[in-house]
Amino acid sequence: MTLILPGLLVMTWFALTASGAVKPYQFASPQAVWAEFGQLAASGALWVNLGASIERVAFGFAAALVLAVGLGALVGTSRLAERLIDPTLQAVRAVPSLAWVPLILLWLGIGETAKITLIAIGAFFPIYVSLASGIRNVDRKLIDVARVLGVRGPALALRVLVPAALPQLLIGARIGLTQAWLFLVAAELLASTKGLGFLLTEGQQISRTDEILVAVLLFALCGKLSETGMRRIERRLVAWTDTLPAS
Amino acid sequence: MIAHTDAAGTAGGRGAPAEPAVRITGLTKGFGGQPVFTDFDLTVPRGERLAILGASGCGKSTLLRCIAGLEAPQAGTIAVAGEVGFVFQEPRLFPWLTVEKNVDFAARDAVERSRIGEVLALVGLTAARTKLPKELSGGMAQRATLARTLVRKPDLILLDEPLAALDALRRLELRAALREIVAASDATAILVTHDVDEAIDLGTRYLVFERAEGGVRASEPAAHNAGAPETLRKRLLAALGVKSA
Repeated sequence: MTLILPGLLVMTWFALTASGAVKPYQFASPQAVWAEFGQLAASGALWVNLGASIERVAFGFAAALVLAVGLGALVGTSRLAERLIDPTLQAVRAVPSLAWVPLILLWLGIGETAKITLIAIGAFFPIYVSLASGIRNVDRKLIDVARVLGVRGPALALRVLVPAALPQLLIGARIGLTQAWLFLVAAELLASTKGLGFLLTEGQQISRTDEILVAVLLFALCGKLSETGMRRIERRLVAWTDTLPAS
Repeated sequence: MIAHTDAAGTAGGRGAPAEPAVRITGLTKGFGGQPVFTDFDLTVPRGERLAILGASGCGKSTLLRCIAGLEAPQAGTIAVAGEVGFVFQEPRLFPWLTVEKNVDFAARDAVERSRIGEVLALVGLTAARTKLPKELSGGMAQRATLARTLVRKPDLILLDEPLAALDALRRLELRAALREIVAASDATAILVTHDVDEAIDLGTRYLVFERAEGGVRASEPAAHNAGAPETLRKRLLAALGVKSA
Protein backbone atom coordinates (compact mmCIF):
# COMPACT_ATOMS: atom_id res chain seq x y z
CA MET A 1 0.00 0.00 0.00
CA THR A 2 2.68 2.43 1.10
CA LEU A 3 4.57 1.84 -2.14
CA ILE A 4 1.73 2.56 -4.57
CA LEU A 5 2.25 6.31 -4.73
CA PRO A 6 6.09 6.21 -4.93
CA GLY A 7 5.75 3.56 -7.66
CA LEU A 8 3.39 5.77 -9.66
CA LEU A 9 5.73 8.73 -9.23
CA VAL A 10 8.71 6.79 -10.52
CA MET A 11 6.69 5.55 -13.49
CA THR A 12 5.60 9.08 -14.39
CA TRP A 13 9.20 10.25 -13.93
CA PHE A 14 10.39 7.50 -16.27
CA ALA A 15 7.74 8.29 -18.88
CA LEU A 16 8.49 12.01 -18.88
CA THR A 17 12.25 11.64 -19.25
CA ALA A 18 12.12 8.72 -21.74
CA SER A 19 9.71 10.59 -24.03
CA GLY A 20 12.06 13.54 -24.13
CA ALA A 21 9.45 15.89 -22.69
CA VAL A 22 11.93 16.76 -19.94
CA LYS A 23 15.59 17.30 -20.82
CA PRO A 24 18.34 15.60 -18.77
CA TYR A 25 19.83 18.97 -17.75
CA GLN A 26 16.44 19.86 -16.27
CA PHE A 27 15.64 16.56 -14.63
CA ALA A 28 17.72 13.40 -14.97
CA SER A 29 16.01 10.10 -15.79
CA PRO A 30 15.59 7.35 -13.17
CA GLN A 31 18.23 5.25 -14.95
CA ALA A 32 20.72 8.12 -14.90
CA VAL A 33 20.09 8.73 -11.21
CA TRP A 34 20.49 5.04 -10.46
CA ALA A 35 23.73 4.93 -12.48
CA GLU A 36 25.05 7.99 -10.67
CA PHE A 37 24.12 6.38 -7.38
CA GLY A 38 26.09 3.27 -8.37
CA GLN A 39 29.07 5.33 -9.38
CA LEU A 40 29.09 7.39 -6.20
CA ALA A 41 28.76 4.22 -4.16
CA ALA A 42 31.57 2.50 -6.02
CA SER A 43 33.94 5.44 -5.72
CA GLY A 44 33.19 5.68 -2.01
CA ALA A 45 32.06 9.29 -2.34
CA LEU A 46 28.52 8.33 -1.42
CA TRP A 47 29.52 6.85 1.91
CA VAL A 48 31.84 9.70 2.80
CA ASN A 49 29.12 12.28 2.13
CA LEU A 50 26.29 10.30 3.68
CA GLY A 51 28.44 9.48 6.72
CA ALA A 52 29.40 13.14 7.18
CA SER A 53 25.75 14.21 7.12
CA ILE A 54 24.58 11.49 9.48
CA GLU A 55 27.38 12.34 11.88
CA ARG A 56 26.43 16.03 11.92
CA VAL A 57 22.77 15.26 12.50
CA ALA A 58 23.66 12.80 15.25
CA PHE A 59 25.90 15.25 17.11
CA GLY A 60 23.58 18.21 16.62
CA PHE A 61 20.54 16.23 17.70
CA ALA A 62 22.32 14.76 20.72
CA ALA A 63 23.45 18.19 21.87
CA ALA A 64 19.94 19.56 21.39
CA LEU A 65 18.43 16.63 23.29
CA VAL A 66 20.68 17.06 26.31
CA LEU A 67 20.14 20.83 26.49
CA ALA A 68 16.41 20.67 25.81
CA VAL A 69 15.77 17.95 28.38
CA GLY A 70 17.71 19.91 31.00
CA LEU A 71 16.07 23.26 30.30
CA GLY A 72 12.65 21.80 29.54
CA ALA A 73 12.61 19.89 32.83
CA LEU A 74 13.73 23.00 34.70
CA VAL A 75 11.16 25.29 33.09
CA GLY A 76 8.43 22.65 33.40
CA THR A 77 8.96 22.08 37.10
CA SER A 78 9.84 25.54 38.37
CA ARG A 79 7.64 28.60 37.97
CA LEU A 80 10.64 30.77 38.73
CA ALA A 81 12.74 29.14 36.03
CA GLU A 82 9.83 29.46 33.64
CA ARG A 83 9.56 33.22 34.23
CA LEU A 84 13.32 33.67 34.01
CA ILE A 85 14.13 31.54 31.00
CA ASP A 86 11.08 30.77 28.92
CA PRO A 87 10.28 34.24 27.47
CA THR A 88 13.84 34.62 26.22
CA LEU A 89 13.88 31.18 24.68
CA GLN A 90 10.54 31.83 23.00
CA ALA A 91 11.96 35.01 21.50
CA VAL A 92 15.01 33.14 20.24
CA ARG A 93 12.70 30.51 18.82
CA ALA A 94 10.85 33.14 16.81
CA VAL A 95 14.03 33.97 14.87
CA PRO A 96 14.06 32.24 11.46
CA SER A 97 16.77 29.61 11.35
CA LEU A 98 18.79 31.14 8.56
CA ALA A 99 19.08 34.42 10.43
CA TRP A 100 21.56 32.70 12.72
CA VAL A 101 23.87 31.76 9.92
CA PRO A 102 25.95 34.97 9.63
CA LEU A 103 26.46 35.12 13.37
CA ILE A 104 27.40 31.47 13.64
CA LEU A 105 29.84 31.86 10.75
CA LEU A 106 31.47 34.83 12.46
CA TRP A 107 31.71 33.08 15.79
CA LEU A 108 32.51 29.57 14.83
CA GLY A 109 33.90 29.80 11.32
CA ILE A 110 32.80 27.37 8.66
CA GLY A 111 33.92 24.20 10.40
CA GLU A 112 32.01 21.31 11.88
CA THR A 113 31.17 23.17 15.10
CA ALA A 114 29.22 25.78 13.17
CA LYS A 115 27.20 23.16 11.32
CA ILE A 116 26.47 21.13 14.42
CA THR A 117 25.46 24.29 16.29
CA LEU A 118 22.99 25.27 13.60
CA ILE A 119 21.49 21.76 13.59
CA ALA A 120 21.29 21.80 17.39
CA ILE A 121 19.42 25.12 17.32
CA GLY A 122 16.89 23.62 14.94
CA ALA A 123 16.38 20.42 16.92
CA PHE A 124 16.35 22.08 20.34
CA PHE A 125 13.03 23.95 20.27
CA PRO A 126 10.54 21.19 19.47
CA ILE A 127 12.05 19.03 22.22
CA TYR A 128 12.20 21.84 24.75
CA VAL A 129 8.66 23.08 24.09
CA SER A 130 7.09 19.58 24.19
CA LEU A 131 8.83 18.57 27.38
CA ALA A 132 8.07 21.81 29.24
CA SER A 133 4.41 21.72 28.28
CA GLY A 134 4.27 17.96 28.89
CA ILE A 135 5.46 18.47 32.44
CA ARG A 136 3.17 21.44 32.94
CA ASN A 137 0.18 19.35 31.89
CA VAL A 138 0.84 16.36 34.14
CA ASP A 139 -2.40 15.36 35.86
CA ARG A 140 -2.60 17.26 39.16
CA LYS A 141 -4.30 14.25 40.69
CA LEU A 142 -1.16 12.16 40.24
CA ILE A 143 0.91 14.92 41.81
CA ASP A 144 -1.46 14.88 44.81
CA VAL A 145 -0.89 11.14 45.20
CA ALA A 146 2.86 11.71 45.27
CA ARG A 147 2.51 14.60 47.74
CA VAL A 148 0.42 12.50 50.11
CA LEU A 149 3.21 9.91 49.98
CA GLY A 150 5.72 12.63 50.80
CA VAL A 151 7.38 12.59 47.37
CA ARG A 152 8.46 16.17 46.63
CA GLY A 153 11.12 18.24 44.92
CA PRO A 154 13.65 16.42 42.73
CA ALA A 155 12.13 13.02 43.60
CA LEU A 156 8.76 14.26 42.37
CA ALA A 157 10.32 15.44 39.12
CA LEU A 158 12.21 12.21 38.58
CA ARG A 159 9.57 9.71 39.66
CA VAL A 160 6.38 11.41 38.48
CA LEU A 161 6.82 14.43 36.22
CA VAL A 162 9.41 13.09 33.81
CA PRO A 163 7.82 9.66 33.27
CA ALA A 164 4.41 11.28 32.90
CA ALA A 165 5.81 13.72 30.33
CA LEU A 166 7.77 11.06 28.44
CA PRO A 167 5.20 10.65 25.65
CA GLN A 168 5.34 14.40 24.98
CA LEU A 169 9.13 14.37 25.15
CA LEU A 170 9.33 11.62 22.56
CA ILE A 171 6.97 13.42 20.20
CA GLY A 172 9.16 16.51 20.58
CA ALA A 173 12.26 14.44 19.91
CA ARG A 174 10.75 13.01 16.75
CA ILE A 175 9.93 16.48 15.43
CA GLY A 176 13.34 17.68 16.60
CA LEU A 177 15.07 15.00 14.58
CA THR A 178 13.15 16.00 11.46
CA GLN A 179 14.19 19.59 12.12
CA ALA A 180 17.79 18.46 12.46
CA TRP A 181 17.71 17.15 8.88
CA LEU A 182 16.20 20.41 7.65
CA PHE A 183 18.88 22.47 9.34
CA LEU A 184 21.56 20.13 8.04
CA VAL A 185 20.75 21.21 4.50
CA ALA A 186 21.00 24.85 5.48
CA ALA A 187 24.33 24.16 7.18
CA GLU A 188 25.78 22.16 4.32
CA LEU A 189 24.63 24.46 1.56
CA LEU A 190 26.69 27.25 3.10
CA ALA A 191 30.17 25.92 2.94
CA SER A 192 31.12 22.32 3.02
CA THR A 193 33.47 19.91 1.38
CA LYS A 194 31.43 16.82 2.13
CA GLY A 195 27.92 15.85 3.05
CA LEU A 196 24.63 15.42 1.20
CA GLY A 197 24.27 19.19 1.01
CA PHE A 198 27.68 19.32 -0.62
CA LEU A 199 26.46 16.87 -3.28
CA LEU A 200 23.57 19.24 -3.93
CA THR A 201 25.80 22.28 -4.44
CA GLU A 202 28.32 20.34 -6.45
CA GLY A 203 25.58 18.96 -8.67
CA GLN A 204 24.26 22.46 -9.20
CA GLN A 205 27.69 23.89 -10.05
CA ILE A 206 28.47 21.24 -12.62
CA SER A 207 24.84 21.10 -13.83
CA ARG A 208 24.37 17.44 -12.95
CA THR A 209 20.72 16.89 -12.08
CA ASP A 210 21.41 13.18 -11.51
CA GLU A 211 23.79 14.01 -8.64
CA ILE A 212 21.32 16.50 -7.20
CA LEU A 213 18.54 13.92 -7.34
CA VAL A 214 20.69 11.27 -5.65
CA ALA A 215 21.20 13.69 -2.77
CA VAL A 216 17.51 14.64 -2.66
CA LEU A 217 16.45 11.00 -2.57
CA LEU A 218 18.97 10.23 0.15
CA PHE A 219 17.57 13.11 2.20
CA ALA A 220 14.09 11.65 1.81
CA LEU A 221 15.34 8.21 2.80
CA CYS A 222 17.29 9.40 5.85
CA GLY A 223 14.42 11.59 7.06
CA LYS A 224 11.92 8.79 6.66
CA LEU A 225 14.16 6.23 8.36
CA SER A 226 14.87 8.41 11.36
CA GLU A 227 11.17 9.20 11.73
CA THR A 228 10.25 5.52 11.63
CA GLY A 229 13.00 4.74 14.12
CA MET A 230 11.72 7.37 16.53
CA ARG A 231 8.18 6.02 16.26
CA ARG A 232 9.47 2.55 17.11
CA ILE A 233 11.18 3.92 20.20
CA GLU A 234 8.01 5.77 21.16
CA ARG A 235 5.90 2.66 20.85
CA ARG A 236 8.29 0.69 22.99
CA LEU A 237 8.85 3.27 25.75
CA VAL A 238 5.32 4.54 26.17
CA ALA A 239 3.34 1.37 25.65
CA TRP A 240 1.52 2.29 28.85
CA THR A 241 -0.43 5.18 27.33
CA ASP A 242 -4.09 4.41 27.06
CA THR A 243 -4.62 6.03 23.67
CA LEU A 244 -4.82 4.90 20.10
CA PRO A 245 -1.42 3.66 18.92
CA ALA A 246 0.57 6.16 16.87
CA SER A 247 0.42 5.15 13.23
CA MET B 1 -0.60 24.54 60.92
CA ILE B 2 -0.49 20.80 60.60
CA ALA B 3 1.49 18.83 63.10
CA HIS B 4 2.26 15.30 62.12
CA THR B 5 3.52 13.59 65.22
CA ASP B 6 5.26 10.30 64.98
CA ALA B 7 3.19 7.42 66.34
CA ALA B 8 6.24 5.69 67.77
CA GLY B 9 7.13 8.80 69.70
CA THR B 10 3.89 9.03 71.64
CA ALA B 11 3.64 7.68 75.15
CA GLY B 12 2.40 4.13 75.22
CA GLY B 13 2.50 3.84 71.42
CA ARG B 14 -0.49 2.95 69.30
CA GLY B 15 -3.78 2.43 71.06
CA ALA B 16 -2.83 4.51 74.06
CA PRO B 17 -5.64 6.82 75.03
CA ALA B 18 -3.19 9.69 75.48
CA GLU B 19 -3.43 11.16 72.00
CA PRO B 20 -6.26 10.93 69.47
CA ALA B 21 -5.55 9.94 65.88
CA VAL B 22 -6.70 13.34 64.66
CA ARG B 23 -7.36 16.51 66.58
CA ILE B 24 -8.63 19.49 64.66
CA THR B 25 -9.02 22.78 66.49
CA GLY B 26 -10.41 25.99 65.10
CA LEU B 27 -10.01 24.98 61.45
CA THR B 28 -10.86 27.81 59.08
CA LYS B 29 -10.67 27.24 55.36
CA GLY B 30 -12.44 28.73 52.40
CA PHE B 31 -12.10 29.15 48.68
CA GLY B 32 -12.45 32.48 46.93
CA GLY B 33 -13.88 34.22 49.98
CA GLN B 34 -16.48 31.48 50.40
CA PRO B 35 -16.01 29.86 53.82
CA VAL B 36 -16.07 26.05 53.90
CA PHE B 37 -14.97 25.62 57.49
CA THR B 38 -15.16 28.28 60.17
CA ASP B 39 -13.61 27.55 63.54
CA PHE B 40 -14.26 23.85 63.06
CA ASP B 41 -13.31 21.29 65.72
CA LEU B 42 -13.11 17.53 65.41
CA THR B 43 -11.42 14.82 67.43
CA VAL B 44 -11.10 11.29 66.11
CA PRO B 45 -9.96 8.78 68.74
CA ARG B 46 -7.61 6.01 67.71
CA GLY B 47 -9.19 2.97 66.18
CA GLU B 48 -12.39 4.80 65.35
CA ARG B 49 -13.90 4.44 61.90
CA LEU B 50 -15.58 7.74 61.29
CA ALA B 51 -17.99 8.05 58.38
CA ILE B 52 -18.74 11.55 57.19
CA LEU B 53 -21.94 11.92 55.20
CA GLY B 54 -23.09 14.88 53.19
CA ALA B 55 -24.16 16.14 49.81
CA SER B 56 -21.61 16.77 47.08
CA GLY B 57 -19.60 19.92 47.52
CA CYS B 58 -20.34 20.35 51.21
CA GLY B 59 -16.69 20.25 52.26
CA LYS B 60 -16.15 16.57 53.05
CA SER B 61 -13.26 16.15 50.65
CA THR B 62 -11.75 19.47 51.68
CA LEU B 63 -11.56 18.21 55.24
CA LEU B 64 -9.67 15.10 54.15
CA ARG B 65 -7.33 17.18 51.99
CA CYS B 66 -6.62 19.44 54.96
CA ILE B 67 -5.89 16.46 57.20
CA ALA B 68 -3.57 14.98 54.55
CA GLY B 69 -1.75 18.28 54.17
CA LEU B 70 -2.85 18.79 50.55
CA GLU B 71 -4.65 22.00 51.51
CA ALA B 72 -3.29 24.54 53.94
CA PRO B 73 -5.80 25.77 56.52
CA GLN B 74 -6.22 29.53 56.84
CA ALA B 75 -6.39 29.19 60.61
CA GLY B 76 -6.48 26.47 63.21
CA THR B 77 -4.40 23.40 63.88
CA ILE B 78 -4.64 19.84 62.69
CA ALA B 79 -2.67 17.32 64.71
CA VAL B 80 -2.32 13.89 63.15
CA ALA B 81 -0.64 11.04 64.99
CA GLY B 82 1.40 8.82 62.72
CA GLU B 83 1.37 7.80 59.09
CA VAL B 84 -1.49 8.96 56.88
CA GLY B 85 -2.79 7.02 53.90
CA PHE B 86 -5.18 8.48 51.32
CA VAL B 87 -7.47 6.56 49.00
CA PHE B 88 -8.95 8.91 46.42
CA GLN B 89 -12.26 8.69 44.66
CA GLU B 90 -10.68 7.65 41.35
CA PRO B 91 -7.89 5.07 41.31
CA ARG B 92 -5.11 7.52 40.40
CA LEU B 93 -2.55 4.87 39.59
CA PHE B 94 0.64 5.92 37.82
CA PRO B 95 -0.19 4.73 34.30
CA TRP B 96 3.42 3.88 33.39
CA LEU B 97 3.90 1.52 36.34
CA THR B 98 2.55 -2.00 36.76
CA VAL B 99 0.29 -2.78 39.70
CA GLU B 100 3.26 -4.08 41.65
CA LYS B 101 5.42 -1.04 40.83
CA ASN B 102 2.58 1.27 41.80
CA VAL B 103 2.52 -0.33 45.22
CA ASP B 104 6.30 -0.22 45.32
CA PHE B 105 6.12 3.54 44.66
CA ALA B 106 4.83 4.00 48.20
CA ALA B 107 7.37 1.68 49.83
CA ARG B 108 10.24 3.56 51.44
CA ASP B 109 12.40 0.82 52.88
CA ALA B 110 13.11 -2.89 52.77
CA VAL B 111 10.45 -3.63 55.38
CA GLU B 112 7.73 -1.92 53.37
CA ARG B 113 8.98 -3.47 50.15
CA SER B 114 8.83 -6.91 51.68
CA ARG B 115 5.17 -6.27 52.38
CA ILE B 116 4.19 -5.72 48.73
CA GLY B 117 3.29 -9.36 48.06
CA GLU B 118 1.25 -9.49 51.22
CA VAL B 119 -0.87 -6.41 50.50
CA LEU B 120 -1.43 -7.48 46.90
CA ALA B 121 -2.75 -10.80 48.18
CA LEU B 122 -4.88 -8.96 50.71
CA VAL B 123 -6.67 -6.97 48.00
CA GLY B 124 -6.80 -9.99 45.69
CA LEU B 125 -4.45 -8.72 42.99
CA THR B 126 -1.64 -11.26 43.14
CA ALA B 127 -2.43 -12.55 39.67
CA ALA B 128 -2.68 -9.05 38.21
CA ARG B 129 0.53 -7.70 39.72
CA THR B 130 2.35 -7.32 36.39
CA LYS B 131 -0.56 -5.62 34.62
CA LEU B 132 -0.54 -1.98 33.59
CA PRO B 133 -3.31 0.30 34.91
CA LYS B 134 -4.90 0.54 31.45
CA GLU B 135 -5.50 -3.20 31.58
CA LEU B 136 -7.41 -3.06 34.89
CA SER B 137 -11.12 -2.73 35.53
CA GLY B 138 -12.24 0.11 37.80
CA GLY B 139 -12.61 -2.21 40.76
CA MET B 140 -9.18 -3.75 40.27
CA ALA B 141 -7.59 -0.34 39.92
CA GLN B 142 -9.18 0.83 43.16
CA ARG B 143 -7.93 -2.33 44.88
CA ALA B 144 -4.46 -1.52 43.63
CA THR B 145 -4.58 1.96 45.16
CA LEU B 146 -5.77 0.41 48.39
CA ALA B 147 -2.74 -1.88 48.33
CA ARG B 148 -0.50 1.10 47.65
CA THR B 149 -1.95 2.83 50.72
CA LEU B 150 -1.69 -0.24 52.94
CA VAL B 151 1.93 -1.02 52.15
CA ARG B 152 2.99 1.70 54.58
CA LYS B 153 0.74 0.33 57.32
CA PRO B 154 -0.81 3.77 57.89
CA ASP B 155 -2.11 4.71 61.32
CA LEU B 156 -4.83 6.76 59.70
CA ILE B 157 -6.56 5.91 56.42
CA LEU B 158 -8.49 8.66 54.66
CA LEU B 159 -11.05 7.31 52.22
CA ASP B 160 -12.54 9.90 49.86
CA GLU B 161 -15.61 8.22 48.35
CA PRO B 162 -13.45 5.24 47.42
CA LEU B 163 -16.33 3.30 45.90
CA ALA B 164 -18.10 6.10 44.05
CA ALA B 165 -16.52 5.41 40.67
CA LEU B 166 -17.55 1.74 40.61
CA ASP B 167 -20.64 0.03 39.27
CA ALA B 168 -23.16 -1.30 41.81
CA LEU B 169 -21.89 -4.88 41.94
CA ARG B 170 -18.21 -4.00 42.21
CA ARG B 171 -19.11 -1.46 44.83
CA LEU B 172 -20.72 -4.09 47.08
CA GLU B 173 -17.81 -6.42 46.53
CA LEU B 174 -15.15 -3.86 47.31
CA ARG B 175 -17.16 -2.52 50.24
CA ALA B 176 -17.03 -5.93 51.90
CA ALA B 177 -13.31 -6.23 51.17
CA LEU B 178 -12.69 -2.74 52.49
CA ARG B 179 -14.58 -3.45 55.72
CA GLU B 180 -12.52 -6.56 56.38
CA ILE B 181 -9.23 -4.92 55.51
CA VAL B 182 -9.84 -1.85 57.66
CA ALA B 183 -11.11 -3.95 60.54
CA ALA B 184 -8.11 -6.26 60.33
CA SER B 185 -5.65 -3.39 60.51
CA ASP B 186 -5.75 -1.41 63.71
CA ALA B 187 -5.77 1.84 61.75
CA THR B 188 -8.10 4.71 62.35
CA ALA B 189 -10.22 5.47 59.30
CA ILE B 190 -12.14 8.48 58.08
CA LEU B 191 -14.55 7.69 55.28
CA VAL B 192 -16.23 10.38 53.25
CA THR B 193 -19.32 9.27 51.36
CA HIS B 194 -22.81 10.26 50.30
CA ASP B 195 -24.05 6.70 50.57
CA VAL B 196 -25.78 5.99 53.87
CA ASP B 197 -25.52 2.22 53.58
CA GLU B 198 -21.83 2.45 52.90
CA ALA B 199 -21.41 4.65 55.96
CA ILE B 200 -23.35 2.26 58.20
CA ASP B 201 -21.44 -0.71 56.85
CA LEU B 202 -17.97 0.75 57.24
CA GLY B 203 -18.29 3.26 60.06
CA THR B 204 -18.41 3.09 63.82
CA ARG B 205 -19.36 6.76 64.20
CA TYR B 206 -21.28 9.03 61.87
CA LEU B 207 -21.10 12.71 61.16
CA VAL B 208 -23.45 14.52 58.82
CA PHE B 209 -22.11 17.62 57.11
CA GLU B 210 -24.39 20.36 55.97
CA ARG B 211 -23.30 23.37 54.02
CA ALA B 212 -24.38 26.50 55.84
CA GLU B 213 -23.84 30.22 55.36
CA GLY B 214 -20.78 30.55 57.58
CA GLY B 215 -19.28 27.15 56.79
CA VAL B 216 -19.94 23.47 57.37
CA ARG B 217 -22.33 22.52 60.12
CA ALA B 218 -21.64 19.05 61.47
CA SER B 219 -24.15 16.99 63.40
CA GLU B 220 -24.00 13.57 64.94
CA PRO B 221 -27.58 12.38 64.62
CA ALA B 222 -27.08 8.82 65.83
CA ALA B 223 -24.62 6.73 67.75
CA HIS B 224 -23.29 3.51 66.29
CA ASN B 225 -25.27 1.40 68.71
CA ALA B 226 -28.41 3.53 68.43
CA GLY B 227 -30.45 0.44 67.73
CA ALA B 228 -31.32 -1.63 64.70
CA PRO B 229 -29.55 -0.67 61.44
CA GLU B 230 -32.94 0.43 60.09
CA THR B 231 -33.31 2.99 62.85
CA LEU B 232 -29.79 4.21 62.24
CA ARG B 233 -30.46 4.48 58.52
CA LYS B 234 -33.63 6.50 59.07
CA ARG B 235 -31.93 8.91 61.42
CA LEU B 236 -29.01 9.48 59.10
CA LEU B 237 -31.29 9.99 56.12
CA ALA B 238 -33.41 12.41 58.11
CA ALA B 239 -30.29 14.35 59.08
CA LEU B 240 -29.35 14.51 55.40
CA GLY B 241 -32.78 15.95 54.66
CA VAL B 242 -33.98 12.90 52.75
CA LYS B 243 -37.54 11.83 53.31
CA SER B 244 -37.23 8.05 53.36
CA ALA B 245 -39.93 5.45 53.17
